[in-house]
Amino acid sequence: MIKIEVDMNQCQHYGQCVFEAPDNFKLNDDDKLEYVAEAPDSERDNIEAAVDVCPMQAIRIVE
Amino acid sequence: MSEANPAAPVVIVGAAMGGLRAAESLRRSGYTGAIRVVGDELHAPYNRPPLSKEVLATDVTHEAVAFPSRAEMGDVEWMLGVRASAVDLAARTLTTDDGNVQEWRALVIATGLRARRLDFAPIAGRHVVRSLDDAMALRAELTVGARVVVVGSGFLGCELSATASKLGCSVTIVTPSVEPMIRPLGDLVAKEMRRRLNAEGVEIFSGVTVAAINGGASVESVELSDGRVIEADVVIESVGSDCNIEWLEGSGLDLSDGVLADNAMRAVTADGRARDDVYVVGDIARFPNPMFDDVPRRIEHWNIPTDTGKRAGAVLAAHLADDGSFDDVVAKPFAPMPSFWSNQFEIKLQAYGLLGLVSDDDIRILEGDLADQVAVGYYRDDRLVGVLGVGMKAALLPYRKQIAEGGN
Repeated sequence: MIKIEVDMNQCQHYGQCVFEAPDNFKLNDDDKLEYVAEAPDSERDNIEAAVDVCPMQAIRIVE
Repeated sequence: MSEANPAAPVVIVGAAMGGLRAAESLRRSGYTGAIRVVGDELHAPYNRPPLSKEVLATDVTHEAVAFPSRAEMGDVEWMLGVRASAVDLAARTLTTDDGNVQEWRALVIATGLRARRLDFAPIAGRHVVRSLDDAMALRAELTVGARVVVVGSGFLGCELSATASKLGCSVTIVTPSVEPMIRPLGDLVAKEMRRRLNAEGVEIFSGVTVAAINGGASVESVELSDGRVIEADVVIESVGSDCNIEWLEGSGLDLSDGVLADNAMRAVTADGRARDDVYVVGDIARFPNPMFDDVPRRIEHWNIPTDTGKRAGAVLAAHLADDGSFDDVVAKPFAPMPSFWSNQFEIKLQAYGLLGLVSDDDIRILEGDLADQVAVGYYRDDRLVGVLGVGMKAALLPYRKQIAEGGN
């Protein structure tokens, strides 16, 4: 299991992560980010891609 | 040309985001040999966009913007504070400004851009914002009441204007353009942006250039081409950028605008041949993107160093593995979606695609109201090639999908 942390003080809700890991990240009706903090190991590549594309670098995988 | 020395490292020139992503991608793609990253800044790779926005508004530190270092990067060698001065593609060597000549097995070109400067005598109070050091120097002068002239009205200039204004400075934009951000956004949206920036207290002098920067020990005023004089303590020059290609001159690569690459991010020589052992990443790379057409373009958007770095790393790793996978990896589709965003006061812009491909007649409002929240479509030959949201995000996603699928 992968644990994900998003610094919601940093997050500007750009939603770039949504494309990389749609199972874990989405923008809600108010354009705010919602995320699921755990992902199966099979999602690692997608989660790492989401970390990379965050303009605010607000996403972190907790190892 | 001699055979490549397999004991020599892959040398990545440029230690910013593109170089970092290329190194990470080499490792993730299974390359276990030596990697050396050569960069002219002393700082390890960091994220630039906050330098004009969030970070500039608070404390500018490397810690606040540094990219996290991944475990697989532990044995990558960083040679920082050293500038590349020449390359020999036949001998496979790189010369740096400290006089060293190093051999490489493969080369990744990731030297990016530098801020263009106005052609005036040096004087205290003149600034650009490209690097962390630039932002630190500027931050110290953005004090309450400071009179700031921003030269140029692209995204960077407008963001810096908003940030300086929020810090209590009085801000004037001076620009040769008719409207702010008109080149990427088009006339319709740019006019609205002027209205909003004006409403926030930013004055915009358009259709003018800077004739002189006057002062004694430091900047005192800026003289415009129409004779007006604006009193100023700080001048921020955001007048575009130039490619860092001087070290590649005479190498035989096509340097007509940045460095030409094919869709696998392999560098292309002036006689049209792609090199399997030389790659180009980031905003210096002019490459074709089949999402739009086969015209090679440089794209100065934040996501491009990451996308091209990953692509170059994967293709190069396959070349070095020499396991028969190379042709398949090269043939994999590579069509990165350009995306950018810009926050200015409470104005939040977000865009996908290539807005600049389009003429003013082909820009249409898709949803919403230009004076409030709006989604704007950019069409070429009736195909959607770009979408801009002002205060809209999730609503853009179907349009993004449409662009990715060819615009119909």
